[in-house]
Amino acid sequence: MLFEVDVDKKIGNFSLQVDFSLAEKKCGIFGPSGSGKSTLMHILAGLVKADRGRIVFDGITLFDSEKKINLSPQQRRVGVVFQHAHLFPHMNVRRNLLYGWQRSPAQLRRITPEAIIEALNLEHLLERGVNRLSGGERQRVALGRTVLSCPRLILMDEPLTGLDQELKFQIIPYLRKVLDQFEIPLLFISHSLEEIRLMTDEVLVFEQGRLDQRLPVEDLARRHLVSGSRGYANLLNLTSPRPHGDLWSYRWGNTELILAEPGVRGDNLFELGAKDVTLFKKHPEATSARNLLPCQVVDVFGDGNRIGVDLACAGGGHLVSQIVPESVRELDIHKGAEVVAVVKASAFRRLY
Amino acid sequence: MIALDPQDIQAIVLSLKVASAGTLLSLPFGIGVAYVLVFSRIPGRALLEGLVNLPLVLPPVVIGYLLLLLFGQSGALGPVLRFFDLRIIFTLKGAVIASSVVGFPLLVRSIRIGMEGIDEHYLQAARTLGARWWDSMYSIILPLSARAIVAGMTLMFARSLGEFGATIILAGNIPGVTQTIPLAIYEYTNTPGGDRMALSLCLVSIALSFVVLLISEASVRSFRKR
Repeated sequence: MLFEVDVDKKIGNFSLQVDFSLAEKKCGIFGPSGSGKSTLMHILAGLVKADRGRIVFDGITLFDSEKKINLSPQQRRVGVVFQHAHLFPHMNVRRNLLYGWQRSPAQLRRITPEAIIEALNLEHLLERGVNRLSGGERQRVALGRTVLSCPRLILMDEPLTGLDQELKFQIIPYLRKVLDQFEIPLLFISHSLEEIRLMTDEVLVFEQGRLDQRLPVEDLARRHLVSGSRGYANLLNLTSPRPHGDLWSYRWGNTELILAEPGVRGDNLFELGAKDVTLFKKHPEATSARNLLPCQVVDVFGDGNRIGVDLACAGGGHLVSQIVPESVRELDIHKGAEVVAVVKASAFRRLY
Repeated sequence: MIALDPQDIQAIVLSLKVASAGTLLSLPFGIGVAYVLVFSRIPGRALLEGLVNLPLVLPPVVIGYLLLLLFGQSGALGPVLRFFDLRIIFTLKGAVIASSVVGFPLLVRSIRIGMEGIDEHYLQAARTLGARWWDSMYSIILPLSARAIVAGMTLMFARSLGEFGATIILAGNIPGVTQTIPLAIYEYTNTPGGDRMALSLCLVSIALSFVVLLISEASVRSFRKR
């Protein structure tokens, strides 16, 4: 996939000027509200015409102001999942799902309705009116409807905003599963770093209608260790949970972690705050914390009184610990130093 | 109590014919004009809007006279009508045209309000899902404004049943040809001893209007249920 975008658009006092090209399958667009994310989404989908520029997707010109090319939204085949699902209120779930599919060219249909209905677990909702769906169900139907229109690319405009935390983490696995299963490139627009991290690999940061920076999503998260109010959160995908006395033991790479959270079947994604990872110089004799991981320091980053220590743990996993400069000096932390990371069993928070 | 002679029955049937034909023939244009007014950005939209609404504020007699100037033998469209051997004035066609023009703004107004109430995002979603404009017209706009369309048709039908001023000028008051209920009532009131007959037709008129309202309410309710 190669997506080249170079557009200008002026709306009142606001001007959007962006120029980028993407090769990654999953890309995020991150920025505060009013930074032009939604305007860009509308321009890419063909719902708003750019003043100048060109948009080319895999060699197909969707828009070119010089050559006077401007494909209509239905010709572009760029799927959009809107913030408020915008399901058609006069149709039931089934007719909503099939709306785009029936209008897609038969030779391009590579996804069957049955596969999507199963992947999104919509079987029991098919005959229901869309006004009788919960917020999470609505977004699942909206996603299914867009995927079934067999788009070249899916744009998601804050699809999880407005859902509560619990619901959000119920939907994300569905989103990821469907996009991976059907190999559809994604442009994910959000102002939530957490969502961007869970959904994408690379991120474009927007600021007042300009592309401010472009970086791997992990780097953006680390930058937030210094500037963000919530600091940095490690995301750990743990497998094969089994009971361990009162607690639960999970596999993490080649090692085991002990958690207070009971395991479930399928994905187990946990968040571990960098502040909750304590570092010891030597293996402590006794501690109340259940997880003691021998690690090697890979990198030290950060600024001011917030220092992030990137750790390569025995067993293959990576953790980031947030400490203060004084500790860096006392523990003599530098690249290559050996430390022990200590984490309480209760410090892990289940995302999904 | 209600005594109707054959001529009255004819007037009732003619009224229903004129109102039905006028409403049904106007419907596609009404939907089209409402669509243009709500969704398009063509220049001259304000002019179109004014033109459509003009019959609402003009006295019907004036409209009738203007139509007479347009469709009369020596009118602007006279040569065209002669070529096709068509006669509009003093015929049922004239009555249909007169009541259509007078009722049209009510139809457009109602459909327009319905279309304006449609969230634009539904149309954007439909377009990104591959629907062309005529496709989204059929699959989104018409179903979502169905109630407004029914309401507009009812209003126009009821207005056409009562149309008097424009009709009497363009179509005249010919019993059995263009004499609708209001024209028949008018004639009775000008005839000595016609009061009782006029009253009978008035009651019929009230009953008809009531039935129209009931049917409209029922259909609006059935749309709401869906």
